[in-house]
Amino acid sequence: MSASVLFDDLGPRGRRNVRIGSGVGGLFVLGLIVLGLQRMAANGQLEADRWAIVFDPRTGVPQSLGRALIVTLQAAGAAMLFATLLGAILAFGRLSDHAALRVPVSVVVEFFRAIPLVILILFLFLGARPVLGLDLPRFWTLVLGLVLYNMAVLCEIIRAGILSIDRGQSEAAYALGMRKSQVLVSILLPQAVRRMLPALVSQLVVLLKDTSLGFIIAYPELLQQARNIINFFGSQYSLQLYVAAAGIYIIVNFLLSTIAHQLEKRVNRSGRIAAGATVIAGANEDQTLAAVARDNG
Amino acid sequence: MQALLDNLDRLWAGFLTTLAMSVAAAVIATILGTILAAFRVSPLPPLRALGATYVQLVRNTPLTAVFFIVIFGLPAVDVTFQNFFIAAIVALSVYTAAFVCEVVRSGINSVSTGQAEAARAIGLTFGQSLRDVVLPQAFRSVVPPLGNLWIALVKNSAIAGGGFAVADIAQLAPSLARDNPAQVLAIFGGIALAYMVITVPSGIAVGVIERRTAILR
Repeated sequence: MSASVLFDDLGPRGRRNVRIGSGVGGLFVLGLIVLGLQRMAANGQLEADRWAIVFDPRTGVPQSLGRALIVTLQAAGAAMLFATLLGAILAFGRLSDHAALRVPVSVVVEFFRAIPLVILILFLFLGARPVLGLDLPRFWTLVLGLVLYNMAVLCEIIRAGILSIDRGQSEAAYALGMRKSQVLVSILLPQAVRRMLPALVSQLVVLLKDTSLGFIIAYPELLQQARNIINFFGSQYSLQLYVAAAGIYIIVNFLLSTIAHQLEKRVNRSGRIAAGATVIAGANEDQTLAAVARDNG
Repeated sequence: MQALLDNLDRLWAGFLTTLAMSVAAAVIATILGTILAAFRVSPLPPLRALGATYVQLVRNTPLTAVFFIVIFGLPAVDVTFQNFFIAAIVALSVYTAAFVCEVVRSGINSVSTGQAEAARAIGLTFGQSLRDVVLPQAFRSVVPPLGNLWIALVKNSAIAGGGFAVADIAQLAPSLARDNPAQVLAIFGGIALAYMVITVPSGIAVGVIERRTAILR
């Protein structure tokens, strides 16, 4: 507790106050839960058969939610792959010494960061054929929208990561006679990846959540599927199915974050960053935090 | 282009709706998020758990799912909203509050412990040291991320029009595009521009405020 900015280790009176406060606070939280449950019970939302539909294989609901999960993960996986690759390429472009490359890339990145993803997806859905002359299936409409938006965001995260590396690193590499591309790929990038991993993963979680926008173009991801099921079985199951769809998203995102956290720990253990790096890493954290905050959702 | 010019009044109305929805949600989310952040750093375990659970659940839920639950799920427990506009504000506030909470909390943690120790040493209570010493400094270091959350919120509000029949800028896109298939590019260009009228100046303002309020520690 002494690590907190706000309070020291407590004395006997403080501990007593905290115990009393915890009691009151606990009752408050309990009250909220009871109120919610009461509300649900009063409307018959807690009856077993209302929820059984989500779990009973005979209704076909778990199976179709499972299929929707796979379809969601497919779109998310494809978008993650392309967005990360393109984001890295754009980041290199933005870091280029040549204005002829840097300026157009910056314009592209700033443009895609400034417009809502919904608008992008709607444009691809309604405009692909008349404007671009493309016949995009729903899957690629969604994936392309996600890629265009997230490559711009990931570009900024990767750029911030590369810029956060101590200048001495690239100076030493140049002094050894390495070329610009060698410095970037074999010196800066490996160190940058380690630092930007948390921001990178939170953006990938955002991407996964954003696949839910597929419902706007009727791509059968989890929420769209939940809606289809409700249309079939009736609106008395609305709450249950939307909560179930949200729950699946929460579990998958939670798993992704946990895996990333483990990965982060392993990466940090295997490679010790040079002394003094922690100070810079601290500053960088604010930067990437800001980048993530801007583009979340 | 003609389609946009013919519908300038609708575009203007949609622009105002987007702005009103975003401002209302931003105000509510900031208040709710700050309260949650206070919960998360409080000495009382039940409140800490409440704050942490809220953030974990909401942050990992897609905003679209929050919209679905607020608009179609809550009426099942007799919680209804007058119209989609208000429901959209509720959904956006609930969602953004979780992010505000995390930003404010990291801001609180960025205040050096010496400040709070000094506050306690001169006998300020928990509430006083939070209100008079820690939070003013924390808010300063959270201005840039909060500004970025505002930009994200404006962009997120497009879901209300894109999927849930709120007459904002985003809702114009499909209806205009269907009526004027030949002008899709111009229509979407105009709609993107309408969002950029809010997001780009906001981004510049965030940068300016960031430089103005920056303090050396």
